[in-house]
Amino acid sequence: MTTAPRLIEVRAKVLKQNDLLARELREQFRGSGVYVVSLVSSPGSGKTAFLEKLLSRLSATSRVAALVGDLATENDAARLRRAAPQVKQITTGTICHLDAQMVQRALEEWELSDLDFLFIENVGNLVCPSSYDLGEELRIVLLSTTEGEDKPLKYPTIFNGADVAVITKMDLAAAAEFDLDAARRNIQSVRPGMKVFEVSSKTGQGMDETLSFLQARLEASRLKAAQK
Amino acid sequence: MHELSIAVSMVERIIEESESRGGLQVEAVHLRLGVLAGVDRDALAFSYEIACEGTFLAGSKLVIDTVPLLIYCDTCAAESAPDSIQHIACPRCQTLSPKIIHGRELEVTALEIAA
Repeated sequence: MTTAPRLIEVRAKVLKQNDLLARELREQFRGSGVYVVSLVSSPGSGKTAFLEKLLSRLSATSRVAALVGDLATENDAARLRRAAPQVKQITTGTICHLDAQMVQRALEEWELSDLDFLFIENVGNLVCPSSYDLGEELRIVLLSTTEGEDKPLKYPTIFNGADVAVITKMDLAAAAEFDLDAARRNIQSVRPGMKVFEVSSKTGQGMDETLSFLQARLEASRLKAAQK
Repeated sequence: MHELSIAVSMVERIIEESESRGGLQVEAVHLRLGVLAGVDRDALAFSYEIACEGTFLAGSKLVIDTVPLLIYCDTCAAESAPDSIQHIACPRCQTLSPKIIHGRELEVTALEIAA
């Protein structure tokens, strides 16, 4: 006697646990009036230098804090503390990405309503962070001029999942023979309509535009929350 | 590689689903995996076996159904399937579109059990 297997239909999102927690975090962030921005990129593309600049410029007018993820060391947190006092390192050990639970745990002792901006610097990796929602309002993907203009084509998923792209190390563009037009085209090809900023953390190029954009997004998100 | 983390979450979800149905003898698991989900198919299949070890899912089969990219094209006012995830444009009119309908799926759709 042969028995045919029976198929039972289920609808189970594999990352439901993370998605639910991320949704909870997002509600909490909105309720507290803090605008949360995450940063993803490959290692060495200038996330920390960019964040250092952002924090030091923003802290003149806003209350800012940052979480920074790495496999090991507290080096980045120490570096960022020069720009803003409220910085916490998340060391993931062997894990190649942050998830919502790590973010939630890191925030336990912080009063979110005391903040205007919270930045979350993910582990340097252009693959793994793409699957995990952290509850952020805005995800920035960074690409440095020294990495080459075809990075978006090589890692389409992470670019597609982000909201804004930042091209860093613009001061090195000429030396690296970086083709800016091709980079812009490639970004649009994998993430149509994406807003792109071109910055240099060293010279300050593009920082004013980035800061105004973030301020406008914070105001818009508070306005939206107030209207509810 | 984050596929092992994904596989562990997947096994937890299957155990949950199975227990809520009074405990199933799962022989195979059907998964829908979008091309933009950011998960490598082979790495996931390999990780799944490891994640199943020591659970009642050990030895079960993973059947992965790849979900291609589907977008909505405003110019054509219709759905269309881009040729690649490197160029998310309508193949008919070449308009780039941010409106993704399918391609991000990462979900268990069915469990196969012994009859």
